[in-house]
Amino acid sequence: MQYLSEFRDKRITSHLIEKIRCLVTRPWKLMEICGGQTHSLVKNGILDMLPPEIIMVHGPGCPVCVTGVKVIDEALYLAAMPDVILCSFGDMLRVPGSTSSLLEAKARGADVRILYSPLEALEIARANPGKEIVFFAVGFETTAPANALSVMQAKHLGLTNYSILSSHVLVPPAMEAILQDEETDIDGFLAAGHVCTIMGLEEYYPIVEKYRKPIVVTGFEPIDLLEGIYMCVSQLESGEYRLENQYARNVSREGNTAAIKTIRQVFAVGDRDWRGIGTIPQSGYELNESFSEFDARRKFHIAIREVFENPLCMSGLILKGLKKPVDCPCFDKSCKPEHPLGAPMVSSEGACSAYYHFTAGQTAGFEHQTNIADGEKRF
Amino acid sequence: MEKNGFKMFCPVESYSGEVILLGHGSGGTLTAKLLNDYVFSAFGNEFLDKKHDGAIFQANGRMAFSTDSYVVSPIFFPGGNIGDLAVNGTINDLAMCGAMPKYLSLSFILEEGLPIEEFTCVIQSIRQAAIEAGVSIITGDTKVVEKGKGDRIFINTSGLGEVHPAADIDVNRIKTGDRIIINGNIASHGISVMSLREGLEFETSIVSDTTNLNYLIFDLLEAFGSDVKLLRDPTRGGVSSVLNEIAGQLQTEILIDQRSLPIAEEVESACEMLGLDPLYIANEGLFICFIAEPSAEAALEFIRRDPKGKNAALIGRVGGAVGKGRVVMESRIGGKRIINSLPGEQLPRIC
Repeated sequence: MQYLSEFRDKRITSHLIEKIRCLVTRPWKLMEICGGQTHSLVKNGILDMLPPEIIMVHGPGCPVCVTGVKVIDEALYLAAMPDVILCSFGDMLRVPGSTSSLLEAKARGADVRILYSPLEALEIARANPGKEIVFFAVGFETTAPANALSVMQAKHLGLTNYSILSSHVLVPPAMEAILQDEETDIDGFLAAGHVCTIMGLEEYYPIVEKYRKPIVVTGFEPIDLLEGIYMCVSQLESGEYRLENQYARNVSREGNTAAIKTIRQVFAVGDRDWRGIGTIPQSGYELNESFSEFDARRKFHIAIREVFENPLCMSGLILKGLKKPVDCPCFDKSCKPEHPLGAPMVSSEGACSAYYHFTAGQTAGFEHQTNIADGEKRF
Repeated sequence: MEKNGFKMFCPVESYSGEVILLGHGSGGTLTAKLLNDYVFSAFGNEFLDKKHDGAIFQANGRMAFSTDSYVVSPIFFPGGNIGDLAVNGTINDLAMCGAMPKYLSLSFILEEGLPIEEFTCVIQSIRQAAIEAGVSIITGDTKVVEKGKGDRIFINTSGLGEVHPAADIDVNRIKTGDRIIINGNIASHGISVMSLREGLEFETSIVSDTTNLNYLIFDLLEAFGSDVKLLRDPTRGGVSSVLNEIAGQLQTEILIDQRSLPIAEEVESACEMLGLDPLYIANEGLFICFIAEPSAEAALEFIRRDPKGKNAALIGRVGGAVGKGRVVMESRIGGKRIINSLPGEQLPRIC
């Protein structure tokens, strides 16, 4: 497959692993921000191929995982309303709210539809004038442009039966929240290549300067990840901290300016509740005043009183990189994809899901990094 | 008839406008007319022509018996429809027992309002698939449910076949070192069906791999007899589900190599785009064969000579780690990971 298989070439990955091995002199703890990167690391068996000194901890970049329980409850509330068609990306459907998931709501008869793009929701809105179409607009900066565009088009077309339930989250404030956590001991970051493809690099320079940690914007294929790790470790070994761009084939310094413009036209930055982490100031997008008529929360006066988040789920510690999925006593026991306690077990980018699917966790005794406390790696 | 740019092939004349009515399932004259006009005329044989409640026939030696229900949506997809799927699926289940299928039963549950034209298209596909596989449809049933109580058409087929005298298909005969062969590219059927589903429509030339495997399996058993330890068709749940089931039954490790897994480039690209793992996607014209190591290379060459096995590959082997019923895959870059079985449906991902 062109543009993919080249980045999965065993000769090059072996060479990169060897280069990392030669370079490293002491343990380093690196966080890959994006859940897509976590999955690629686990799916390709990279964690077990790295020298034992390199400890990868998994970051908060799974939009499904960090979506608060309250927002899932709001989506469930809307889905239960007569004449509402709730449209969502596929992997939100299994995420547990306080009492159930959208998949269960669908099974009970709610009209919940899986879409790939919010623009398809506009088509549904046009075809069903008697129904209210709500798009569950979750995601990081990557999904924000298309979601913003759907609202702009709805306004342009005069569609009054379309709205979005926005739960957009932003990467830089989350990185800062992690860096400000007293328990955090991360040495360097692999920033999320797709997010930076949209937003560019500017937001990351101040973080590098403030916290004096290297950040390498990194892609998702095995060669990308290994090169990103190599670049980050190179900086650490020579006592440097810079912003570097491994994913230059996609990421430019200014980002996708048209996409950024679209986002800014439609959204305003506001505080956001992150599942398991809590409220992070200025870490999410809400519709701004000019598009408030497309805000499902305003349109339907959603009343969610109390939410229930399973206290046994340690998703917050996992999303901050303080724990690994296998450190959780519930992992692969009371928490499985069929009956998840939290979102990381069911999201396609969730760290728990990656460990469950690709390593079978500790229960099968498959060898992988488990102990991050002392930098030990077991084989 | 055209849907999503994909032309449905229907060899029969058009019955435009006519639809299935509840009365077609009443057992009265409408039922008789439906059966005479469309069913008996398509499948007529000495058993069916007796129009009895069941078929009476002679059986010899070891027999295999299998049943399956077909509810695929949409009912027409690139490369096939629910009709040929319903024949090939049950035929292949029998073939996986080492049997040559002989007789099929055929039951329809039709939804009120189904256009007769679509019903006749399905019937013709069933007829064609049955002729190609050399089986006779010797008994059947037709029911009609109210609109909204079904999804256009559901089909159940059951089949009987004679087991090849040299066949000794038994999971417990599998030993460490046995090799695993697959006869073709994975994931084509699932992706072809998915390409038409609402919300996922994408333009593609990927077609379902639905086909009968009984002749190829018969020839394989003729040539390699009991060296063929186990045959399974990786339909629903894909290759990973079959391998996990076997690893679980044997409580031993199955090792596969990602680089050797045959997959068409277009299918692989679609999987990348949709965020789906091809190992979990359904196939309808594939079998996985566990074969004794000494015969493995020769069997692979043998299968490759058949058009239905031209992309066949040795994908792995039975490992020695006893007590660990799991499937381990070596990735393209040499890393190892577990292939778990699928917990529910694969859902397309967010980005």
